[in-house]
Amino acid sequence: MTAKRTWWKTGVGLLLTALMLFPVYWMINVSFTRDQDMRKDPPDWFPLHGTVEGYRAVLDQQLPYLGTSLLIGLGTVALTVVLSAPAGYSLAKLRPRGGGALSFVLLIAQMIPGIIMAMGFYAIYLSLGVLNSPVGLVIADSTIAVPFGVLIFTAFMSGIPDELLQAARIDGAGRLRVFWSIVLPVSRNAIVTVSLFAFLWAWSDFIFASTLDGGGDRRPITLGIYHYIGNNNQQWNAIMATAVVASIPATALLIIAQRYVAAGVTAGAVKD
Amino acid sequence: MSAPAGSERARSGQWAAWAFLAPVTVYLALFYAYPLYRNLDLSLRNYTVRSFVQGGAPFTGGRNYGTVLHDPVFGPALMHTMVFTLVSLAFQFTIGMALAVFFAGHFRLSATLRALFLVPWLLPLIVSASTWSWMLNSDSGVVNAVLHWVGVAPVDWLTSPRWSLTSVIIANIWIGIPFNLVVLYSGLQAIPASLYEAAALDGANGWQRFWRVTFPLLRPVSAITLLLGLVYTLKVFDIIWIMTRGGPADSSTTFATWSYRLGFGNLLPAFGPGAAVGNLLILIALIFGLTYIRVQRRRQPA
Repeated sequence: MTAKRTWWKTGVGLLLTALMLFPVYWMINVSFTRDQDMRKDPPDWFPLHGTVEGYRAVLDQQLPYLGTSLLIGLGTVALTVVLSAPAGYSLAKLRPRGGGALSFVLLIAQMIPGIIMAMGFYAIYLSLGVLNSPVGLVIADSTIAVPFGVLIFTAFMSGIPDELLQAARIDGAGRLRVFWSIVLPVSRNAIVTVSLFAFLWAWSDFIFASTLDGGGDRRPITLGIYHYIGNNNQQWNAIMATAVVASIPATALLIIAQRYVAAGVTAGAVKD
Repeated sequence: MSAPAGSERARSGQWAAWAFLAPVTVYLALFYAYPLYRNLDLSLRNYTVRSFVQGGAPFTGGRNYGTVLHDPVFGPALMHTMVFTLVSLAFQFTIGMALAVFFAGHFRLSATLRALFLVPWLLPLIVSASTWSWMLNSDSGVVNAVLHWVGVAPVDWLTSPRWSLTSVIIANIWIGIPFNLVVLYSGLQAIPASLYEAAALDGANGWQRFWRVTFPLLRPVSAITLLLGLVYTLKVFDIIWIMTRGGPADSSTTFATWSYRLGFGNLLPAFGPGAAVGNLLILIALIFGLTYIRVQRRRQPA
């Protein structure tokens, strides 16, 4: 392919990417727009008279929500990895009887609509009296990530050479020790991929938050934005500023861990 | 005498295998099976707010399902769910495929630009949905500003029953393109370059190479992308609820938003019918889900 032809393609690629990312740009642009310019026609295409009022509002009002989301995200990551890594090891290397059936159940579990789980969880949490608690939300959010986690760990750990594990067994290591000192360290990439997606899904979750944590004082950022839209319909710079801040984890992860993201998507990733 | 010793070791192996599986099995029973059971139970009883808290709701069998089937919202909701799913899929897949083929011809910056295309998929849905809400605002939205600029009258994207479903479909297509792009792109990578070289030697042009080589070889990956997309699009809730709440006048209500509104959207919750709608949705999702698993199994005989 000649250099001239590829340059032409780069131009088209840039144009397409700009078109695709226009909503993201617009979110950032609006987040810096002054209140009095918000309803201007035509709108300002660049934040020339930019203001940081919106971000000041975020700092004043949304910090606790961000903290709660961070906590819930980390909790979901921990729970997901603790549950799915041993299961992946067993399914990949220990040939449990009935393992095929369990994998099948996990595959089906990924397809259950969130609204149905939310209603069931609501009924259970209400009778247990654990509505509006971050712990309840961690458990509910982990249901999005655990089946995916088992899938990823099983696929990854199947690739670990049997000789490696057998050598350790011959040296007298028990299965728990083999899992802890050999399988887990070797599976670092899988742990990163699973953690990344578990965090993103918990951070982005709206349906569980709005049904299970709607009235509490420790609500996640998705609800912070949602109530913002409902309460002060006019301050779109503040709403968009919150949206920009809420997008930081996704963007950061894409920049830092891009190859893990691509690996997760192609492994049959799930998203609600 | 080695057989008993062997089976004993096999048995201890089974114990260990299930010990590692035990946490996830207990978890599935407590936090998947039990909520699903509670949901089924909700749909088969006549719950009020009081009996929801205190218990003792009378068993009514299929009455909630009857109520839902005869509700005037049922027809439109079914129609909207189908239109939303099929139109979203058609566009996501076609655009995703075109982009995958485009990015497969390597050029300067292609890897970076392809990575940037992932952004819409990674953003929290509430972020995408509220951004689209403001862009599609009737008076101050940038979309109407552009339409005005090219001489088209403003459209009430979110506030008129004629356009609300179109609006949420547009936003959903935007969110779904990256998934289709990445999966189809990885499928393209598996097609050997020698096939294209052979086709080029035989005098096939770009268009023929796509229809004769790429498309047939990509069929298994395409089938899986479409079926997964179908299962995931059926359950889309956030985008529609945040942008239009299924309105105005149920013009963008799907099964997912209808179920939520019945259970949580009103002052007086109708948990029974809400759960019934949810279970109908699960049924549709499972039919396509099982088809997906069959296709997947046939593709990789394991």
